[in-house]
Amino acid sequence: MQRSYSIASGPEREGEIEVTVERVADGEVSPFLHDVAVVGDQIEVRGPIGGYFVWYAALGGPLLLVAGGSGIVPLMAMIRHRAAATPRPVTRLLYSSRAPEDIIYADELRDLAARGDGLDVIHTLTRSQPDGWTGYARRIDERMLTEVRVPLGDAPLVFICGPTPLVEGAANGLVSTGVPAPRIRTERFGPSGK
Amino acid sequence: MDERAVDDRTLDANAVAGMLEQIFGADMTAADSVCAGCGRRGEIGTLLAYTNAPGVVLRCPACSTVMLRMVETPRGTLVEAKGLGYVQVRR
Repeated sequence: MQRSYSIASGPEREGEIEVTVERVADGEVSPFLHDVAVVGDQIEVRGPIGGYFVWYAALGGPLLLVAGGSGIVPLMAMIRHRAAATPRPVTRLLYSSRAPEDIIYADELRDLAARGDGLDVIHTLTRSQPDGWTGYARRIDERMLTEVRVPLGDAPLVFICGPTPLVEGAANGLVSTGVPAPRIRTERFGPSGK
Repeated sequence: MDERAVDDRTLDANAVAGMLEQIFGADMTAADSVCAGCGRRGEIGTLLAYTNAPGVVLRCPACSTVMLRMVETPRGTLVEAKGLGYVQVRR
């Protein structure tokens, strides 16, 4: 059984890698990793493979990161790498989750944004919102993309990761508002992969 | 299966980076390719991947031409690349 997972840790972390695996109820591998595997089990790992959906500091910015659900994982590696880089490009993360409890890395993202070094984290909660929520409460749409993108100018470097409909909607929305297509990189994730 | 369900199962070629590396001996996700159907040029990582068939199918995101099909069998891996006009394997 073989699966591809995104690495969540930044390249500065040595000696171990972190992956975040969402439990897919009807999946074959993720329920095993969640429910069966225990510390000490051996898993064969190959990689890292994939030089396409990658950001390293020399690519510069400004950076617009768009995540849906566990699509945050590879973007988290970029955010962590950015936090260790100098200079740090101005970066905005637009992160769509169903409910507050579904936000992965909520505490770390809040702490990183609170450093005031040019990282903004903008959440949209599509199904349920906490009392007093003043943020976005709908699926990502063109108006939301424009509002989030405008402070970064017309041609930010864009990375989008999430389920296919979100990725295609966000990529098409950004292109139609004038972001050059070659500046946009996408990664669709789904329940399978080889 | 309704159309939305089909759509949700579309991945991109990053998801098959491991299989591509086994076949080509290098990371292919950033490799330049050209679609034999419409001439679109783009990194392999931009192609659409369908992994729920017995093998893996990579399609052009612009014209849907099947660019690469890969099937693992007990006797080896079959690769069909009629739709791939060109690909650059970097060393």
